[in-house]
Amino acid sequence: MGNKNYMKLEIPAYSNNESFARAVVAAFAARLDPTLEEVSDIKTAVSEAVTNAIIHAYENEIGIILLYSFIEDSSLAVEVTDQGKGIDNLKQAREAFYTSRPELERSGMGFTIMESFMDEVEVETVSGEGTTVRMVKHLSSKKMQGEKSHGTVE
Amino acid sequence: MEIELFQDRGNLVVRISGELDNHFAGKLKDAIESEWKRDMAWNIIFDLKNLKFMDSSGVGVIMGRYKKVKEKGGKIAICGLSNNMKKIIELSGLLKLVHIYEDVETALNELALI
Repeated sequence: MGNKNYMKLEIPAYSNNESFARAVVAAFAARLDPTLEEVSDIKTAVSEAVTNAIIHAYENEIGIILLYSFIEDSSLAVEVTDQGKGIDNLKQAREAFYTSRPELERSGMGFTIMESFMDEVEVETVSGEGTTVRMVKHLSSKKMQGEKSHGTVE
Repeated sequence: MEIELFQDRGNLVVRISGELDNHFAGKLKDAIESEWKRDMAWNIIFDLKNLKFMDSSGVGVIMGRYKKVKEKGGKIAICGLSNNMKKIIELSGLLKLVHIYEDVETALNELALI
């Protein structure tokens, strides 16, 4: 029997929703019994994606951000979608240290952090229509590790 | 997020608790800037021991302060890093630019010797 579940969340692009968004995904991921480090990784990656939507996609407006997350076996997928301006040069945007808004003291590390904290990161963007960031994390369930160490599971 | 700022032997200690993200980054920057201008402390020591969360917005604030402190010949130290924050700081290249210490007391003692 496979382990499957999903959740959807819609929030306006207010910066005080960043903490809410990452807390919701962390609570959902808790069903997979992740390690503390895995929870931190997921929260950080979600925070980066949501912050990008707020700062870049909806630079001068409060648009809508959709979060869709699903669990399949021991993997957690998170999609962060906006209907903002899109990313004109995706290759450049994904480069470490690149920021289109240096005046905000952004570090340009958003995508780099998502890529190193999650196992898969895909970005789909259409200029003037919006962006979807899809991320997957394969979790090493503590429960399973515990059972393994007791020799009950091969 | 809560910020506590105090001076000690020419260092400005910035103690942050709670969560540091884009929502609070501006507030942190403004708090440090106002204290920095007033007292001209030499080094800035960030105490992140009670910080529960930080993303790249925090790196942006530290990087911004690094540029200013360096101009005056000062240094940046970071204390109380969690594994997750250490990874973020390492990825961003900040690890090479700042001094990392266990706690503020060690930072204060060590920075005085550099």
